[in-house]
Amino acid sequence: MKRVPAPPEQQPDTFAFTPENLALAEQHVAKYPSRRQASAVMPLLDLAQRQHSNWLPRAAMDAVAEMLQMPRIRVYEVATFYSMYNLAPVGENLVQVCTTTPCWLRGSDDVVGACKAKLGIEFGETTADGKFTLIEVECLGACVNAPMMQINDDYYEDLTAETAGAVLEALAKGEKPKVGPQNGRHASEPAGGPTTLHAYTGDA
Amino acid sequence: MLRDEDRIFTNLYGTQDWGLTGARSRGDWDGTKAILEKGPDAIVDEIKASGLRGRGGAGFPTGLKWSFMPKESDGKPTYLVVNADEGEPGTCKDREMMRHDPHKLVEGCLVAGFAMRASAAYIYIRGEFHLEGNRLDAAVREAYDAGLLGPNACGSGYAFDVFVHRGAGAYICGEETALIESLEGKKGQPRLKPPFPAGVGVWGRPTTVNNVESIAVAPTIMRRGAGWFAGLGRENNTGTKVFCISGHVETPCNVEEEMSIPLRELIEKHAGGVRGGWNNLLAVIPGGSSVPMIPKSVCDDVLMDFDALRDVKSGLGTAAVIVMDKSTDLVRAIARLAKFYTHESCGQCTPCREGTGWMWRVMERLVTGEADVAEIDMLLEVSYQIEGHTICALGDAAAWPIQGLMRHFRPEVEARIMERKNKQPAAA
Repeated sequence: MKRVPAPPEQQPDTFAFTPENLALAEQHVAKYPSRRQASAVMPLLDLAQRQHSNWLPRAAMDAVAEMLQMPRIRVYEVATFYSMYNLAPVGENLVQVCTTTPCWLRGSDDVVGACKAKLGIEFGETTADGKFTLIEVECLGACVNAPMMQINDDYYEDLTAETAGAVLEALAKGEKPKVGPQNGRHASEPAGGPTTLHAYTGDA
Repeated sequence: MLRDEDRIFTNLYGTQDWGLTGARSRGDWDGTKAILEKGPDAIVDEIKASGLRGRGGAGFPTGLKWSFMPKESDGKPTYLVVNADEGEPGTCKDREMMRHDPHKLVEGCLVAGFAMRASAAYIYIRGEFHLEGNRLDAAVREAYDAGLLGPNACGSGYAFDVFVHRGAGAYICGEETALIESLEGKKGQPRLKPPFPAGVGVWGRPTTVNNVESIAVAPTIMRRGAGWFAGLGRENNTGTKVFCISGHVETPCNVEEEMSIPLRELIEKHAGGVRGGWNNLLAVIPGGSSVPMIPKSVCDDVLMDFDALRDVKSGLGTAAVIVMDKSTDLVRAIARLAKFYTHESCGQCTPCREGTGWMWRVMERLVTGEADVAEIDMLLEVSYQIEGHTICALGDAAAWPIQGLMRHFRPEVEARIMERKNKQPAAA
């Protein structure tokens, strides 16, 4: 997806942290040595984004710059460098489908197809009702549970076209689908049960 | 096969309590004070004797790395930074350790940090691992509440802090100097070395960056002894290793096994074998996307360790085994990796910024067969121009998968081009 900032007419004039987030921001700053407060720029941008419907307006970057006493350009550099900062509005559910080789080998093409069909949009687009944005993402580090997608903070793993569609359907209805593997696996053990650690997992 | 009692990550699959109570029942935080009482040099010596080599990809001896940190304090802080920015395609082991066994990492931070005389550890976890980061935050909090960290860690009199820092989506931050830049609140663009981080690291202070697994295994090595760890695997390739087996196997999984296990045994014992049987195997990428693939003939008897895989012109890397059966379009598999590196190049060095995209575009033409046979040599030539000519190893990592493909499967790539040519109507 092209990382183009939202046009001026979509940009709010001001941004201020809520009192709760301000307290959290101060906790983040306290993690780093004194006068090294710039280190908190990433967690603060994340907080700002979470407060602002999952995207970062320029006013929020400026507020973070002021709070951390950083030149604004240094904050813009960070906000535009890292892929998790959304520079323009996104849907309520940001659907990121991994298509890197380990997921592709396990059928990510089918998952992509199912997502596009179910949502009626292409990569980089948002549904008309503003509920979903669909993007392609690079390896998310859940390769033995491939194929997978991340929706907002949650991983949905071991997908098929059917289960990926079911997850989206549940979210569309406002339900909270089960996070993690969608094929009955618990985590990254072999399907059908672990081959090791029997003394610990209790299936001898 | 490794015996269960020799496994370090006994909650790898998260079937038990990940919290402090569960961790203690599995032996974590047992006698940590006594380990610290041996003194920093004794811990470094024990880790050196265990033969532990860095688990993040490069395989540098961990104890030796720790010994580069200053022994005399100048009164200012020094740091341990844990690289939990796991993002090498195929690799998903650190995630399991952090969400299911976070206390192994937290205790490891104290033991390793103490051994290198550091004042604090920063765990840099990739931002996408949101729930894993929360788990780690909670484990750190538990450790503080129990007096295991803080001004008098484990009652040892040593003051030590652990902080969790979340990334925000950038593969390059897995490179140690890019990670340091990112931790300072900048774009993750690698630094020139020297100076090395052990001299000038985060905030200009001596710093050691280690992979999650390297740190998480340290307390167990200290408890069970270097001899135990060194007795597993082969000489120079010791210990246990968490392998990630993905791709065309019956049951993809993570599993902790003995270093130097034969690749075939690893796949057949734990991952249910290659889909369609061993003879249906085409090639394996044995150590994460950055290492060159090896064809079935090599897979038949290669051992999974640093030296054995180096000898077949590949590498153990992160021990992420990506299996591809005979149905795989290898050209497309590598083209997708080329796209990955194009996306993840930080843009700092020209050979990588321009070269990764150039290689990707040629790879896409090779997928359809519309390229000319001569372009294969041109592509390899460009890959050699990138390799070794950039500040960090991302350029190398982008070049090697393509070189590996051509080393073993060039006739197949050429055949596709010829096939397309033969289908075209002859020029009038």
